[in-house]
Amino acid sequence: MKLYKIKEILNASVLCGEEQLDIEVDSAFSCDLMSDVLSYVKSEALLLTGLVNPQAVRTADMLDMKCIVFVRGKLPDSVIIKMARERGITVMCCGLTMYCASGYLFSSGLRGT
Amino acid sequence: MEDTIKLTYEISGSDLLQAGEASGLLKLRLKQLGIPQEVIRRVSICMYEGEINMVIHANGGTADVEIGADDIFIWLKDTGPGIPDIVKAMAEGFSTAGKKARDLGFGAGMGLPNMKRCSDEMTVTSTVGHGTTVFMRVHIGKSADVASGRLLHASPATPGYDI
Ligand SMILES: Nc1ncnc2c1ncn2[C@@H]1O[C@H](COP(=O)(O)OP(=O)(O)OP(=O)(O)O)[C@@H](O)[C@H]1O
Ligand SMILES: [Mg+2]
Repeated sequence: MKLYKIKEILNASVLCGEEQLDIEVDSAFSCDLMSDVLSYVKSEALLLTGLVNPQAVRTADMLDMKCIVFVRGKLPDSVIIKMARERGITVMCCGLTMYCASGYLFSSGLRGT
Repeated sequence: MEDTIKLTYEISGSDLLQAGEASGLLKLRLKQLGIPQEVIRRVSICMYEGEINMVIHANGGTADVEIGADDIFIWLKDTGPGIPDIVKAMAEGFSTAGKKARDLGFGAGMGLPNMKRCSDEMTVTSTVGHGTTVFMRVHIGKSADVASGRLLHASPATPGYDI
């Protein structure tokens, strides 16, 4: 699924990485615990998380994940955005809960890892 | 690559913004060296989980990395509290992590088992009250071997704290 479609479905705002909204993710993983992300994500998936902290960006970077969606309306600070931009990671945020955001994406065809 | 490349990273136990920085720098270096992506991925997971462990459980430490022709070796050394029961610590879900870890998004008890899974060899040595050393080796050719369906040479079990 292309990132711009994810943005549309979640009614999300893009905080950085607008230029790569036409890239695809093949799956998604929703989690607030980064070591679970590091254990389960197998491919270039989308990360949905409520953990608004630099480790979300570092974790995504370690796994070559190209996009993070922060849920529950949490806004990352400028340090996090800068880190993501430097690493070529698109950051979006949406007001939905993790369950709802995941559910909308799943029912639109984006499966889990 | 003819020569072994040796890198050292100091890992702060107090600067939480920097936690994971060494892993990011190593990843960049491996990319520049043209190491296969799947190898970089496994090394990155090993290094990052280990780096975070040093930050959240041991107040920082030192990471020594050697990139050879066939393998990447990582030694993570700290002078933290040590691990009383390494077998228990290696079990999925076992964690003594406190607030510092939780705030960073860690503390699921998944780090050590994942490091074990992503490396070709891992040894944890620890003395309570003195510190912990984690050694990991990731074979550079392994991913290619798996992809081409060749049988892999299993590393023999070593007694002691080899896990
Ligand atoms: N460098 C270390 N010094 C002291 N204790 C450690 C160290 N590394 C791991 N441990 C101990 O081993 C336990 C398990 O480690 P592991 O990395 O598997 O999980 P965790 O760090 O608690 O959580 P996670 O890695 O999922 O975020 C830790 O909770 C801690 O008690
Ligand atoms: Mg850990």
